[in-house]
Amino acid sequence: MAVVELKNVGLKYHTLEGEITALENINLTVEPEEFVSIVGQSGCGKSTLLSIIAGLLKPTTGEVLIGGEPVTGPNSKVGYMLQQDYLYEWRTILDNALLGLEIKGSKTPEAVAEVKQMLKDYGLGGFEHHYPYQLSGGMRQRVALIRTLAIQPKVLLLDEPFSALDYQNRLAVGEEVVRILRERRKTVIMVTHDIPEAVSMANRVIVMSPRPGTIQSEHRISMCDAGLTPLQTREHPAFRKYFTAIWKELNVSA
Amino acid sequence: MLNQYSPEHLAYIQRIKRRQHIIRATQILLLVGLFALWEVAARLGWINAFIFSHPSKIWNAALRLASQGELWKHLGWTVGETAIGFTAGTFLGIVIAILLWWSDFFSRVLDPYIVVLESIPKVALGPIFVVWLGTTVTAVIAMAIAVSVIVTIMMMHTGFKEVDPNKIKLARTFGATKFQILTKVIIPASVPTMIGALKVNVGLSLVGIIVGEFLASKAGLGYLIIYGGQVFNMSLVMASILLLAVVSIILYFLVAKLEERIVRGRDY
Repeated sequence: MAVVELKNVGLKYHTLEGEITALENINLTVEPEEFVSIVGQSGCGKSTLLSIIAGLLKPTTGEVLIGGEPVTGPNSKVGYMLQQDYLYEWRTILDNALLGLEIKGSKTPEAVAEVKQMLKDYGLGGFEHHYPYQLSGGMRQRVALIRTLAIQPKVLLLDEPFSALDYQNRLAVGEEVVRILRERRKTVIMVTHDIPEAVSMANRVIVMSPRPGTIQSEHRISMCDAGLTPLQTREHPAFRKYFTAIWKELNVSA
Repeated sequence: MLNQYSPEHLAYIQRIKRRQHIIRATQILLLVGLFALWEVAARLGWINAFIFSHPSKIWNAALRLASQGELWKHLGWTVGETAIGFTAGTFLGIVIAILLWWSDFFSRVLDPYIVVLESIPKVALGPIFVVWLGTTVTAVIAMAIAVSVIVTIMMMHTGFKEVDPNKIKLARTFGATKFQILTKVIIPASVPTMIGALKVNVGLSLVGIIVGEFLASKAGLGYLIIYGGQVFNMSLVMASILLLAVVSIILYFLVAKLEERIVRGRDY
């Protein structure tokens, strides 16, 4: 059964100047453990789409089902990673990682132990009581991932999660995040405007048209299906073929 | 590590340190020089010692106050009233700022009123407090609160509104309630703003207390200054003002210490 289903989702914004149709007629089904990338130009509403799936925004039309149940607000089945780590500078690394559990009132000793274990597993063992400014960009992004995983979501929504990192780090952190998400058998929807990033990580790349955002096309990526890591995918001969096809599509629609 | 530095580097450090010493020495010399000039000018009759007083006379006035036990009484009143006014003004300001943050509607409704209240010189309200509350400590403290509360409201409310919306969005993705957003994001994120407000309020509360004491008190440094002025005891006036300077430095230092404690180990 599909983990995420979007049925005819549309969204209109209202401003004093008028009405803007941000999204129109979005239908999308995501299977368990699938990694779906959504690419599109800035302003095509791809981040808005993630906010709708996360339950932060109500769609004007249509509905979102997660695990077969309609989304009515933020819920534990969905974990959201924003464009930057947004670690709270007044909290230690451990307290940052525990933020979601704390807000949900489920900070049990077992859950805390599990978060501590994750910090250890992902190379942050000695940093529990450090503050965010003492960590590198890559380490901070890992803390943000652990903070999201701590609430045990089925689905992870990634909103250009590597855009704040420099290129070198972006590849390394991307590789690591994908490994962790596959290990934990998570279903992932990632939004990005970086085509190579989208192709290197995903089973499927969805191309969105500019405003009003609609789904323009879909590309099945064979390398991810075959179990290649993002860096291996980037070296694969077929990589350029996918890149060119998607790039041309985005270029035409602009 | 230290002995690995090159001679050029040691010379550089020496230069910087020497410059700092010279600056400090000049600062002290300036103060001593001014006081010496004042003393000499009064004694040689270049200025009228009755109107201008002079340092040794001021010192004697302060000693006399101290020996009578008056010094500590007046000092105690001013410091105590300032502490109460400062705490109350800051607390009230923060609470009102939280209420304004909570209700966007009321914050918009009240916005022009707050701007007008801010632009009124609060000391003009002094006579009203005296009439309403009498020549009491309450009137003095009310004056201090009036001077500091509006600034606190404005500073804190602005600080609350400037918290990164993405930090709030992050809390919302976990399903945070408005109260959780307040306690887990807005307030901790505004600690630096709060320290800024405290620093401003120390000075403002003291202004409020002194003006309050001018109008409605039988004790405190403000009372001493007014009393000294009325009986043409300029030494008493000057001594009180110097004491006031010492008090304000100590209060500011205490807030700086508090800031150090709060932000220790963090990088804002």
